[in-house]
Amino acid sequence: MHAINYESPKTIAEAVKLLAAHGEKARPLSGGTDLIIQLRAGTRRPEFVVDVKQIPELHRISFSLQHGLHLGAAVSCIELHENADMRRYYPGLTEAAHLIGSLQIQSRASVGGNLCNGSPAGDATPALIALGAKARVVGPNGERIVPVETFITGPGRTVLQPGELLVEFLIDAPAKHSSDAYLRFIPRNEMDIAVVGVGGALTLDLDDDRVVDARIALGAVGPTPIFAAEASKSLIGKKFDAAAIENAARLATSVATPIDDMRGTAEYRRHIVGVLTSRVLTIAAERARHNEQR
Amino acid sequence: MAASTNGHDYKVIGTRPIRHDGVDKVTGRAKYGADYSFPGMLFGKVLRSPHAHALIKSIKVDKARALPGVKAVVTSADLPELADKMEAAGEQAINLAHLSANILARGKALYDGHAIAAVAATSSHIAEEALRLIEVEYELLPPVMSVEDAMKPGAPVLLPTLRNKEDGPDKETNVAAHMQFKRGDVAEGFKAADFVVEREFKTAMVHQGYIEPHNAVGIYSADGHATIYCSTQGTFVVRSLCSAVLGIAEGKIKVVPAEIGGGFGGKTTVYLEPLSVLLSKITGHPVKLVMTRGEVLRATGPTSGSTIRCKMGATKDGKLVAAQCWLAYEAGAYPGSPVGAGAMTIVTPYNIPNILIDAYDVVVNRPKTAAYRAPGATNAAMASETVVDELAEKCGIDPLEFRLKNASAEGTPQTVGPPFKRIGFVETVEAIKNSPHYKSKLTGPNRGRGVASGFWFNVGLQSSATVNIHTDGTVSVVTGSVDIGGTRAAQAMIAAEVLGADINDVRPIVADTDSIGHTDVTGGSRTAFATGWAVYDAAQDALRQLKERVAKTWEKKPEEVAFANGLFSPVSGNGVKPMTLKQLAPRLARTGGPIVGRATVNARGVGPAFATTLVDVEVDPDTGKVKILRVTVAQDVGKAIHPAYVEGQMQGGTAQGIGWALNEEYFYDEKGVLRNTGLLDYRMPTCLDLPEMETIMVEVPTPGHPLGIRGVGEVPIVPPPAAVANAIYRATGVRMLELPMSPPRLMKAMLKKRAAGDSQAAAAD
Repeated sequence: MHAINYESPKTIAEAVKLLAAHGEKARPLSGGTDLIIQLRAGTRRPEFVVDVKQIPELHRISFSLQHGLHLGAAVSCIELHENADMRRYYPGLTEAAHLIGSLQIQSRASVGGNLCNGSPAGDATPALIALGAKARVVGPNGERIVPVETFITGPGRTVLQPGELLVEFLIDAPAKHSSDAYLRFIPRNEMDIAVVGVGGALTLDLDDDRVVDARIALGAVGPTPIFAAEASKSLIGKKFDAAAIENAARLATSVATPIDDMRGTAEYRRHIVGVLTSRVLTIAAERARHNEQR
Repeated sequence: MAASTNGHDYKVIGTRPIRHDGVDKVTGRAKYGADYSFPGMLFGKVLRSPHAHALIKSIKVDKARALPGVKAVVTSADLPELADKMEAAGEQAINLAHLSANILARGKALYDGHAIAAVAATSSHIAEEALRLIEVEYELLPPVMSVEDAMKPGAPVLLPTLRNKEDGPDKETNVAAHMQFKRGDVAEGFKAADFVVEREFKTAMVHQGYIEPHNAVGIYSADGHATIYCSTQGTFVVRSLCSAVLGIAEGKIKVVPAEIGGGFGGKTTVYLEPLSVLLSKITGHPVKLVMTRGEVLRATGPTSGSTIRCKMGATKDGKLVAAQCWLAYEAGAYPGSPVGAGAMTIVTPYNIPNILIDAYDVVVNRPKTAAYRAPGATNAAMASETVVDELAEKCGIDPLEFRLKNASAEGTPQTVGPPFKRIGFVETVEAIKNSPHYKSKLTGPNRGRGVASGFWFNVGLQSSATVNIHTDGTVSVVTGSVDIGGTRAAQAMIAAEVLGADINDVRPIVADTDSIGHTDVTGGSRTAFATGWAVYDAAQDALRQLKERVAKTWEKKPEEVAFANGLFSPVSGNGVKPMTLKQLAPRLARTGGPIVGRATVNARGVGPAFATTLVDVEVDPDTGKVKILRVTVAQDVGKAIHPAYVEGQMQGGTAQGIGWALNEEYFYDEKGVLRNTGLLDYRMPTCLDLPEMETIMVEVPTPGHPLGIRGVGEVPIVPPPAAVANAIYRATGVRMLELPMSPPRLMKAMLKKRAAGDSQAAAAD
């Protein structure tokens, strides 16, 4: 491994200043579960590593039914999983965070880092997209809000410009009779990376079992995570039944653009998108029916 | 579950004491190869080829040498050029030119990960950065990745000097050897068959998957002596191979075994060891090299992928009458796949009058294969045990009954070699038939139960042992067998049994090459068998001497001294007080001095091993993912010295076999570059992927061995892939003919079957 400079700022302003000063040569470090491996493998060679774990705002989990969720970018997956509000209001995102790596990895890895790594296969990303999460980014020219579905621009690449730092995620409080779910397919039962990941969020009108709102997102089946807009839209206003699920699964499959690799063939991945979409919608609906909040 | 059939009344053998090396291992104190550190030590790194097949036009090392902290850079030009022919290296016959070129490529890079150059520097980081400064000019050649492609006429040739007997001295080839094994007349045999099943199988190249990466510390002294600390299954083989590769006399090399974090056959050759000495010789410093996981996967191990055609015929009453097999194994970049062993095991569990087996050893642009637990047999059994299952089905006979009808037993001819002596194959099948697992009912959709058996030769080879009686009556047992599977505990138990000592008063030691007589590798399931035999003989030698001392004390003849239950007593009582070892030991100085028992063996009459494995699976019909619900393995273990470690071997082999069955595979891209160079994408099973593995030890003693020991380490890996395949068939109706039976592959087969079913149904309408 090459020699690096390490900085550990205590405020967002300091971090942004450091990142801006070193531009492309700088890389933020949170849990390091991707970055350290990339450094050791030589696939990323930043000269400055800016550890953002000491910045309090990046560790915040703040939830209220009025204001929704502020989820700090450096919150570890374990902290997220252990948070009662997260488990209750965002079970899909919580289970996604709880699937990343092993327990040891989850105690270091953050949801923000999972997104900034830019992997199409990150488990948290489809779950975030399904929830309509927005990323608050602070940079030398102020802050901006980026919908998570547009955050990753290619394998390992994101919208972040030199000097910009992902600070937190903003997610609405769940409506009554809404919920989310995330499933990934892996050949083993643990310690694996998604062959396909599907996140789904649903809001139901229980009076006639119609879908009020729906969002479906796919991971590991394209160069970036994919918001399955058509599939999501197809459900809205429809009765939530087997035909609607099958149709949404078919539409989700049609936007997947997977490749053949060591994790599965393109053909197989498309098949699994359909299987997981059906399963995710079924789980999310079951949860939504029992969500009596508000 | 243990059922001793040996009829001995042992005090220590068959018990389950805590292993002597256990405390240091669980407290982290045990010293593995990468833990060694010496004053002034440098750190080495290896530059590896990013190409599968390329001419090396030039290597420029000046910039790397100039990097501050770099002390040496070496290439194959720094190693002696060795003869391109089979030569003796220690006990093996090996092509030394190939061995040397695998350590540092000479002229050609033959696989992704092939070592090109090595660096020693004051830190591992500097060494790594120096690798980036080495400039290698390659001329790319087309990669040859499969046996089919390598055997095609006009295929690009890996080794221009490679020849085989059939094609003669003028023809360049990738086929290093063709072997044929024959008995009876297969054409006549198949004529007599009512049912014939012929299938073609493919199995993927897989790695041994030992958790500890290869490592070595080399220290070259100014007087020309070298010491190597490393993780190896055989110190003496490291010594002889390093001697050959480096041109240093064997007697000037000492190899010190570190604790070993797994080997499974993969640590029976050398990779880093010669480099550590070479770099130390140049720099005058100790040099340590430790591989990354990526290097381990790209450039060490693995075992062969293979293509196997297997045709077997049976009469309708279930008698096998003929078997014809064609096996081609990937040797990797240099000859030496275990295809011969595959051929000699493929139908050996069965008494078949007519057999014809052709076996091809084929070089491809993949790492040179190394031994892996019953090398070659698992591939072969995947083929034959699936065909046997299908034949049993065609005959309408339960697959266990089918095996019993055809099972090899005492007197059955082997494919090669003398007829079997007493073996326990039938007993393993009976044990499965009588197991709680087999008697339980498997219910529920998408579930199936499969069975398969496996055979492995085991080996004997040479071992040395000394048994030292210390002045306090404790005993140290010194062997040269590196302890991978709990063999230290077994050696101590054998000595304790012979000497009537408490197991905690016996210390088993694994000595370096200067401190014990020649001992072959820990491999071939030989250590408990052969080194255990040496320890038994050495302990008997010590006991004989102890009796002489007792006799001297009592002024009797040695034959007038009896020994039982830890007590020396006169054969005929005359008032002399019986004596224990602890009472006798302090008196040794006054009766003639220390006692050391010694023995060496060149162990013959090795007992082959059989296992039968029963597996229940559940297949997700939407994803093709296989869940192992329950697995039971019955194995003939001869005599289990330490049953817990025998069970551990059975479970470990079963776990590896299941990994091989379901997900493990080397995944190369179209350029021949290995894509899954980590344990994330090289998918070995984790503990969450396997149920508790049930074991049934059958004890059929090996004739001629003083304790009846039979090697146990290898055979349990052989049956699982076929057993899982047979279970998947019963769960889904799909016969899987290719390993791994990964979810994409199984899903594809299931969808194909469903589509065929639909079109059949449509045709019927």
